[in-house]
Amino acid sequence: MISFKQRDVISILHFNKEELLYLLDVTKRMEQTHYSHILKGKVLAALFFEPSTRTRLSFETAMKRLDGMVIGFAESGATSIAKGESLSDSVKTIEGYCDVIVLRHYLEGAAQLAADIVNVPVINAGDGSNQHPTQTFLDLYTIQKTKGTLEGLKIGFLGDLKYGRTVHSLAYALAYFGAEMYFISPPNLRMPKDYMEELKNRHVACHEAESLQDIGKRLDVIYCTRIQEERFADPIEFEKVRGIYRLSKPILEGLGVKDDLKIMHPLPRVDEMDESLDGTNYAIYFEQARNGIPVRKAILATVLGVIE
Amino acid sequence: MKQLDVSAIKDGSVIDHIDSKSTLKVADILNIKAEEDVVLVGMNLTSKYLGKKGIIKIGGKILDQKEVNKIALIAPNATVNIIKDYEVVKKFEVVVPEVIEGIVKCFNPNCISNYGNTKAKQHLINKNPIKLRCHYCERVMGANDIVLI
Ligand SMILES: [Zn+2]
Repeated sequence: MISFKQRDVISILHFNKEELLYLLDVTKRMEQTHYSHILKGKVLAALFFEPSTRTRLSFETAMKRLDGMVIGFAESGATSIAKGESLSDSVKTIEGYCDVIVLRHYLEGAAQLAADIVNVPVINAGDGSNQHPTQTFLDLYTIQKTKGTLEGLKIGFLGDLKYGRTVHSLAYALAYFGAEMYFISPPNLRMPKDYMEELKNRHVACHEAESLQDIGKRLDVIYCTRIQEERFADPIEFEKVRGIYRLSKPILEGLGVKDDLKIMHPLPRVDEMDESLDGTNYAIYFEQARNGIPVRKAILATVLGVIE
Repeated sequence: MKQLDVSAIKDGSVIDHIDSKSTLKVADILNIKAEEDVVLVGMNLTSKYLGKKGIIKIGGKILDQKEVNKIALIAPNATVNIIKDYEVVKKFEVVVPEVIEGIVKCFNPNCISNYGNTKAKQHLINKNPIKLRCHYCERVMGANDIVLI
């Protein structure tokens, strides 16, 4: 019997396949059933040492929809933390005010440190470039919901695969489900070696390429990421790359993609996905963002022990 | 070559087959500075297997498995002999512990363990070649990334 009661949610590495499926199952129940008062009287402390409006609002909405309360701060500038109070002192103090902590921090490993110190469950809402597990859960949920399964899909990851933590975590999670993975990026932004090795150790069929040509038509899902200009020393190089990794309706049709191909993106986007895609059956990125609510409801309700 | 007379100790521990370059690091880990009995440190000695090896002899100190395991991180070929009355009474294999705390610095400058009073901590994920995963930032370190605190 799987239970997430009092459990910390720090890294996708801490979850096995059964636990992921359990969480997706609770998420589905959260979407299909109207739970309203189950977190009444519970307090969530949202500690955002680094601002992230979308993630914070998504957690707040999930908590409030279930009648819970939210305290916290949106950035550390105005708090005593900026004056030198340590992370561990802050969480030790705040632990006394709340039932669950959601933490975002610019340093990698911050959420794990907090979880080691306090007794209330800690949910990692992003630690530097390391992990953002609730994003991975909602990505998985979106794929499962739109494709009907997570098993045996052909997934293309497109864009900045070197710094894109959402890609690293999602690839790791999909390895449980026999996915075939295509990593499509400019040479300087390829998937890091450590991750490629890990995936190969887990018997994932991996392919690397520099464009969607010849590959696009095989894929069930394309997961896009933003390529940031500061990753390139030469602006001309960046302009070239930007053109190659840009998706639009005509480009997809030119590639001969499957009719039921789905395009995902962790948002916000800049111009890597043309607006011509927005209304099409391919685009599921807004739905993906909306799925953050039932996923975060499911996590809050299970770690607080009100849902089994 | 004739052995020097000073090389034998009556009671204590002998750490042999240290990769020569790592000898002083091993000495550091064992905190020989604090020893009051006889301590001998040899470097660049001839070894059939390692080419050049280091050796450390600590009089009056009996290493335990935990101390031995720390050595394993930087001297995986080391052997440890416990001496009593000039006789070897116990031999240790060096084994890298599953969890390493407060010994290895995380190589990721953006890792929380490099700030404040957080004690660095890693999990052993592969023995040979050695691979450690940081408990906090999850980055994986190989032998070349290992820097002792
Ligand atoms: Zn680290």
